[in-house]
Amino acid sequence: MAESAHELEAVIGLEIHVQLATRTKMFCGCALSFGDEPNVHTCPVCLAHPGVLPVPNEQAILYALQIGLALECEIAPHSIFHRKNYFYPDSPKAYQISQFDIPIASDGQLGDVRIHRAHLEEDAAKMIHVGGSGRIHGSGASLVDFNRGGTPLVEIVTEPDLRSAAEAAEWARLLRETVRQLGVSDVNMEEGSLRVDANVSVRPAGSDTLGTKTELKNMNSFRFLQRGVEAELERQRELIGAGGTVTQETLHFDPVSGSLTSLRSKEESHDYRYFPEPDLVPLVPTEEMLREAREALPELPAARIERYEGMGLAGDVAATLAADPGTAAYFEATAGAAAGVEPKIVGNWVTGELAAALRQGEDEVAAADSKVEPAALAALIGLVSEKKISHGSGKTLLAALVAEGGDPAAIVEREGLAQISDSGELESIVAAAVAANSEAAEQIKAGNPKAIGAIVGAVMKETKGRADGGEVNRLIREQLGG
Amino acid sequence: MAGLLELTVAEAAAKIASGEISAAEYFEAWHGAAAGDELNAYLWQVEDPANYEVEDGPLRGIPVAVKDIFCTEGAPTTAGSRILEGYRPPYTATAVRQLDAAGARVLGKTNMDEFAMGSSNENSAYGPVLNPWDRDRVPGGSSGGSAAAVAGGLAPCAIGTDTGGSIRQPASLCGIVGLKPTYGSISRYGMIAFASSLDQCGPLTRDVTDAALLLAALQGRDPCDSTSVGIEGGIAAPSREDLRGLRFGVPGELSGDAFDAGVRENFEATLAKIESLGGEIAEVTLPSAEHGISAYYVLAPAEASSNLARYDGVRYGRRSENSADLLEMYENTRAEGFGPEVKRRIMLGTYALSSGYYDAYYGQAQKVRTRIAEDFAQAFAAVDFVVTPTSPSVAFGLGEKTDDPLSMYLNDFFTVPMSLAGIPAISIPSGLAAPEGGGPELPVGFQIAAPAFAEQKLLEAAYALERGIGFEARPEGVDG
Repeated sequence: MAESAHELEAVIGLEIHVQLATRTKMFCGCALSFGDEPNVHTCPVCLAHPGVLPVPNEQAILYALQIGLALECEIAPHSIFHRKNYFYPDSPKAYQISQFDIPIASDGQLGDVRIHRAHLEEDAAKMIHVGGSGRIHGSGASLVDFNRGGTPLVEIVTEPDLRSAAEAAEWARLLRETVRQLGVSDVNMEEGSLRVDANVSVRPAGSDTLGTKTELKNMNSFRFLQRGVEAELERQRELIGAGGTVTQETLHFDPVSGSLTSLRSKEESHDYRYFPEPDLVPLVPTEEMLREAREALPELPAARIERYEGMGLAGDVAATLAADPGTAAYFEATAGAAAGVEPKIVGNWVTGELAAALRQGEDEVAAADSKVEPAALAALIGLVSEKKISHGSGKTLLAALVAEGGDPAAIVEREGLAQISDSGELESIVAAAVAANSEAAEQIKAGNPKAIGAIVGAVMKETKGRADGGEVNRLIREQLGG
Repeated sequence: MAGLLELTVAEAAAKIASGEISAAEYFEAWHGAAAGDELNAYLWQVEDPANYEVEDGPLRGIPVAVKDIFCTEGAPTTAGSRILEGYRPPYTATAVRQLDAAGARVLGKTNMDEFAMGSSNENSAYGPVLNPWDRDRVPGGSSGGSAAAVAGGLAPCAIGTDTGGSIRQPASLCGIVGLKPTYGSISRYGMIAFASSLDQCGPLTRDVTDAALLLAALQGRDPCDSTSVGIEGGIAAPSREDLRGLRFGVPGELSGDAFDAGVRENFEATLAKIESLGGEIAEVTLPSAEHGISAYYVLAPAEASSNLARYDGVRYGRRSENSADLLEMYENTRAEGFGPEVKRRIMLGTYALSSGYYDAYYGQAQKVRTRIAEDFAQAFAAVDFVVTPTSPSVAFGLGEKTDDPLSMYLNDFFTVPMSLAGIPAISIPSGLAAPEGGGPELPVGFQIAAPAFAEQKLLEAAYALERGIGFEARPEGVDG
């Protein structure tokens, strides 16, 4: 019996390759590079000449430890490298040195997603197929650029905890931010320093067994990741809906056409003949290395989100602020300077009014790089909170600060933005507005409170927004005998 | 000139250091001798010994024959294989650099079984090496060229590699000294890998003192080899005169039919010699050692299948022309480039590592390896050394065992357990014995194994025993 496609829930796990931004390659002294002349960063070791031996890069091990710790993983006291054997010109030794049954880090968590493992390995060289489609089949010749070969990689594998394509893309962004803030990788998807593959399957909602999965490759942006996973989920749901079954295979996503093509099926999959790499001794992190890795850990987005939520901020505001360390620091400086104002209000201003004002600026800059000093924004928020200026004047003031910076109090003075505090003056402006909008006044009296907007608008126009909206409302109702 | 060639390395080094002879004159003499190679011991020799300049050091002016498995920058390095024909490495092996730094100089590159796979040197793509004692016989392998060069008066000393006996067995068959040090004492960087967890460089020399001299220069931790540690305290020239207070363990598992009568007789005479020098003979038990060959012929081919996968025709060495696509290029290159024994071991190893067979073969062999190491550890709790004949027979005839790989593999029966345990072992000539089928007498080797990194103690005992035995025989026409 075919199940209804709507009852099939998505089960998604991600495999992320992170190129580490070390100075040199994983097992030799060649410099890391991107975009240089082909084959200039090579040596006998990374070209796999006879007799060469790998020497592990200590910095890469430290970076891997930092990633493991940032993902709240358990660090293996004794992990080993294996050889993953396969013939292909991008693999000069015909094996990749990777980790197999004992990875350096395992059993972690980032956000709501459990981390299965994170392990160290080396990148393959880059193949360029000349002529034909750009793939090896049908090409006239294949060239190999060994500059990339041997770049240190950390492969992160999640548990299948993601339930939609959007969730997968959102979590991948959190992971990228986390790794970026560790300072261990450029995490540039277009340049390939962050590569995301997705394992996708569907199952009846509520089931705890896993369906047959497919592996999606070549999604070099978060948008493509989301679209690729969406396309594959749709394909699987339709297939099962039509009474078919999913075949385990590796799929290539073409972001231009949106199509998925099979790279290889399970039957065609390699037997990598893994065995322990005899040229390397076990990787045993010393207490000193672990301490160094721990001390190098900055506060990471997930922890920062949690802390901001503890300060009373809404989840989405906390996430927006925490995603970028510069914005987070800006928020914290502003909140610190805004004595007596709840952090929640500061957070709303930074992600709301300030972000909007910056978007309208000539060249869009981050809050931290803008002319609005945290102390100035704090003063502005203070003026609004104490009703010294209206919320509307606050926005006017903010626009002025974005444009030219400076001291809010001076701008309030110069622009005459101070709230009308003389109740007599406001009363007469209200009276004039009521008189000028008699139609609205009649409607209010007839029991339509929404009509008050026209009169409030008239008052605000007259006062150039310097009146307190609440007070204006109160005065209108009072004058209409409400 | 003949006088120069009679000197041991230690003697020559002393005379060069004192200025009695010049480094150039000594090197010239050996260069001339090597040029007369009729044994096919060399695959390449230095062309121009002029402009002779060497580092000042303990081996100043000493020519060394280097097994063609060590990379030497700009000089042909083939590992005895067609697949590396014409290959000139862009770098030099650490072991060779160490010798260089001590003042030695490469005399030539010696013939060997292809990728060090063999016990007779008949697996070389460049023809077999002949035994200088009887040119119808093999010199042993895989370091057959190095052993024949030293025994045949074509080099004062040599280096080779030993994975399961490839230094000790040819040393035994050629009547010279061969030392396999503890795994990790000498860098493997630049030594073309056969079985990485077993391969170890070592000297082949005329006597134990020369072996110590070379080991002293070769050993050391190398930042380019993560598995190298060196020998703490270094190595000094041995000087021990007797064997008093030392216990030599003979494995009880050594049954009479495991080796030739002549070898047995010589072995027993050598044990008697040990006793006459004050040493004590005891029986030890190595219950797992008999599985050594089986484990070795799983582990070594498994590692080899991976190590030799890089010879694919893409970057260097031979590339088969006229292949339609990538797969065909791989297949043709490797089919044309590798010899039958190498192919046999690649297939064995690939099979042993295949998914579904890994535990039964590789996993099981690793367990045997651990047991053998434990057997030795237990034995060394009771004795200082374990001794065996080095090889079950004296040198056998060319072609005699080529059609029977299993019988060829049994040559390693006494040497493989030490390789699996990673411990040092030395073979010294202990006399002559007639071959089973009759004929002139040929050298017999005596193997002494010691705990890991006990090289100094091993060399001291071997030195005392060498003096006690007083082996003076040389192949016909060889001085010294």
